[in-house]
Amino acid sequence: MPLIEVRDLKTYFYTEDGVVRAVDGVDFTIEPEKTLGVVGESGCGKTVAALSVMGLIQTPPGRIETGEILYHRDGKVTDLTGLNPKGREYRSIRGNEIAMIFQEPMTSLNPVYTIGNQIMEAIILHQHLKKKEARKKAIEMLYAVGIPVPEQRVDEYPHQLSGGMRQRAMIAMALSCNPSLLIADEPTTALDVTIEAQVLDLMNGLRENFNTAIQFITHDLGVIAQMADDVVIMYLGKIVERATASEIFHNTKHPYTQGLMNSIPSLATTKKERLIPIKGVVPDPFEVPEGCGFEPRCPQAMEICKTKIPPLKEVASCHLAACWLYE
Amino acid sequence: MSSYNILLDVKNLKKYFPVRKGVLRRVVAHVKAVDDIDMYIKEGETLGLVGESGCGKTTTGRTILRLIEPTAGEVRFRSKKLAGQGEEYKEVDVATASRKTLKALRRDMQVIFQDPYSSLNPRMTVGAIVGEPLLVHRVAKGRERENRVRELLGAVGLKPDHMKRYPHEFSGGQRQRIGVARALALDPQLIIADEPVSALDVSIQAQVLNMLEDLQEEFSLTYLFIAHDLSVVKHISDRVAVMYLGKIVELCKTEELFTNPKHPYTEALMSAVPVPDPDYNVERILLEGDVPSPVNPPSGCYFHPRCRYAKDTCKTEAPVYRDLGNEHFATCHFADSLSLRPVRTG
Ligand SMILES: Nc1ncnc2c1ncn2[C@@H]1O[C@H](COP(=O)(O)OP(=O)(O)OP(=O)(O)O)[C@@H](O)[C@H]1O
Ligand SMILES: Nc1ncnc2c1ncn2[C@@H]1O[C@H](COP(=O)(O)OP(=O)(O)OP(=O)(O)O)[C@@H](O)[C@H]1O
Ligand code: SF4
Ligand code: SF4
Ligand SMILES: [Mg+2]
Ligand SMILES: [Mg+2]
Repeated sequence: MPLIEVRDLKTYFYTEDGVVRAVDGVDFTIEPEKTLGVVGESGCGKTVAALSVMGLIQTPPGRIETGEILYHRDGKVTDLTGLNPKGREYRSIRGNEIAMIFQEPMTSLNPVYTIGNQIMEAIILHQHLKKKEARKKAIEMLYAVGIPVPEQRVDEYPHQLSGGMRQRAMIAMALSCNPSLLIADEPTTALDVTIEAQVLDLMNGLRENFNTAIQFITHDLGVIAQMADDVVIMYLGKIVERATASEIFHNTKHPYTQGLMNSIPSLATTKKERLIPIKGVVPDPFEVPEGCGFEPRCPQAMEICKTKIPPLKEVASCHLAACWLYE
Repeated sequence: MSSYNILLDVKNLKKYFPVRKGVLRRVVAHVKAVDDIDMYIKEGETLGLVGESGCGKTTTGRTILRLIEPTAGEVRFRSKKLAGQGEEYKEVDVATASRKTLKALRRDMQVIFQDPYSSLNPRMTVGAIVGEPLLVHRVAKGRERENRVRELLGAVGLKPDHMKRYPHEFSGGQRQRIGVARALALDPQLIIADEPVSALDVSIQAQVLNMLEDLQEEFSLTYLFIAHDLSVVKHISDRVAVMYLGKIVELCKTEELFTNPKHPYTEALMSAVPVPDPDYNVERILLEGDVPSPVNPPSGCYFHPRCRYAKDTCKTEAPVYRDLGNEHFATCHFADSLSLRPVRTG
């Protein structure tokens, strides 16, 4: 039984310049205790898809047009899109059961409160503990995420922590209620590699101890390889490929995913090899191609690609791709 | 003798920023952003400069160009444009050069910035931006200048009719191309590229890297390429310098660095890079703690609190930057005896 099933989700933004189809018919599932990696270039809809699950799409200008976000728990199924995002049930799910680490660290940490106060607030709100117990729990969480001298750090303000420590504090806060799903939006992009390695290692360890599923958003294929069990590749608001991590890397099907893999310089090769970039740029959100979104940049484009949108379908076992090459 | 020419020779370069406190703004300490570094760049090569945030990469680049005044040190540059009659080049110390010499030197040494969004004047057309250096240095004007701008835009893969447009009409990758065209305008010998692809998506990053390689060939450019992404640095560089807390801890040929590292920090840095292969599960070397503050660096070897090979001497004695032979430089007491893990290959 999956934890989250997203079906044909469409989230659009109505702006002065026109409609942005930020998420345009997306299907994916998150299994309990597994990590789903979401990859794609800037603007492809990774954050909007996550915010849709969280019920945090700002309306207006945004709106979930169609689709279902089925949340399975205790044998019950709830369609999150049917709940009032500001209502009691959604609020209790958010934070208690589904927690998120945001792309901008400063949007989730309030600069005027101590780290400890912010974690305690989440604990008191969701777990109904007394203040003293909540403080103890907050210190425990800071310890669990590897913050040295947590009894002291608990009383410090966000600006007193380094980038890596702030990221750890956010993870501590997100995990303090033992959520069944943790959505992590580029949690290490702003960090140095040696600190990133620490945080990724920490997240992998926590996943085992807390039995949490993770939706891990990144544009870094190296990070995905290290973290994800399953992967979805997004382009222009659509999923173009979806498979297990091993299939994505060893049996790449979609021309866009292949293009991404060829674009990254490898640490492994000893020879100086020329990179093979993807030509052109991601189209403007208001000038999305009529057929396959990748057609203007695709080296293998055919006539049909210009006019018809390829469906996401099985191209190998447990491996879906949206491309007319596999018709 | 060596068969190459040294274009830029940096010796004992230091840049300390004062830290001021209180109403009297008294100097209470110094940030040792660049702390006594030595390096040279050969004509036509790419020297990569890599290290974590705050280690002093940008300050090194800017001090070499003298966009900021060095605290101490020499920056010897062999200028072609300043060469007198019958001379192939003239050697100048950028660090002590007069204003006038410095202005002339600007034609030989150019910079490309990290942020393709804020580094271009939003109120100027692309033609004006790219042509500005030609105007400032009175190299070309009118029709001639326009033709040169056309040529430059062509060289970086943009179209001549882009001249009349404004930066906001371009994508990140295209803006970076505009910045490169501008840097090329005066036909420089050396380009210091400070994280030129860090803000770009991978598919666009590859386009810009290929372009920089092509331009290097076409215009015989020498690059100092600053980045924090080890894979990018490995791809583009002939030699690599690794910085930590204002010091160069290792410098050698690219292949040598990745197959035969001599400094424990290099080893850890290489091991931390996420490898795009889900079956790769060699245990990582995890460094403990954060990078210390450059205001108050640790005693002895700056790396000792995080180094897994540290011995007692490392706490008290600072290792010196030295040549281990074959142009392989490292700053570690035990560089000759440690056997460190190379990057994974194959
Ligand atoms: N509040 C909003 N109003 C209008 N458009 C929006 C809004 N939020 C997002 N968008 C648009 O939706 C699209 C998807 O944005 P999203 O933030 O999901 O991208 P992303 O994949 O997370 O990119 P990045 O890697 O840069 O974080 C973009 O075209 C973006 O401009
Ligand atoms: N103008 C300045 N005044 C005071 N300190 C400065 C100044 N410029 C830089 N520093 C400090 O000098 C050190 C080196 O900074 P620098 O910008 O050179 O690092 P960097 O390696 O380029 O980092 P990044 O990867 O984040 O760009 C840092 O500690 C920084 O805070
Ligand atoms: S559908 Fe056509 S254009 Fe799209 S990725 Fe496949 S081959 Fe390329
Ligand atoms: S000198 Fe000592 S502490 Fe410094 S890198 Fe070498 S072994 Fe490590
Ligand atoms: Mg995002
Ligand atoms: Mg910098």
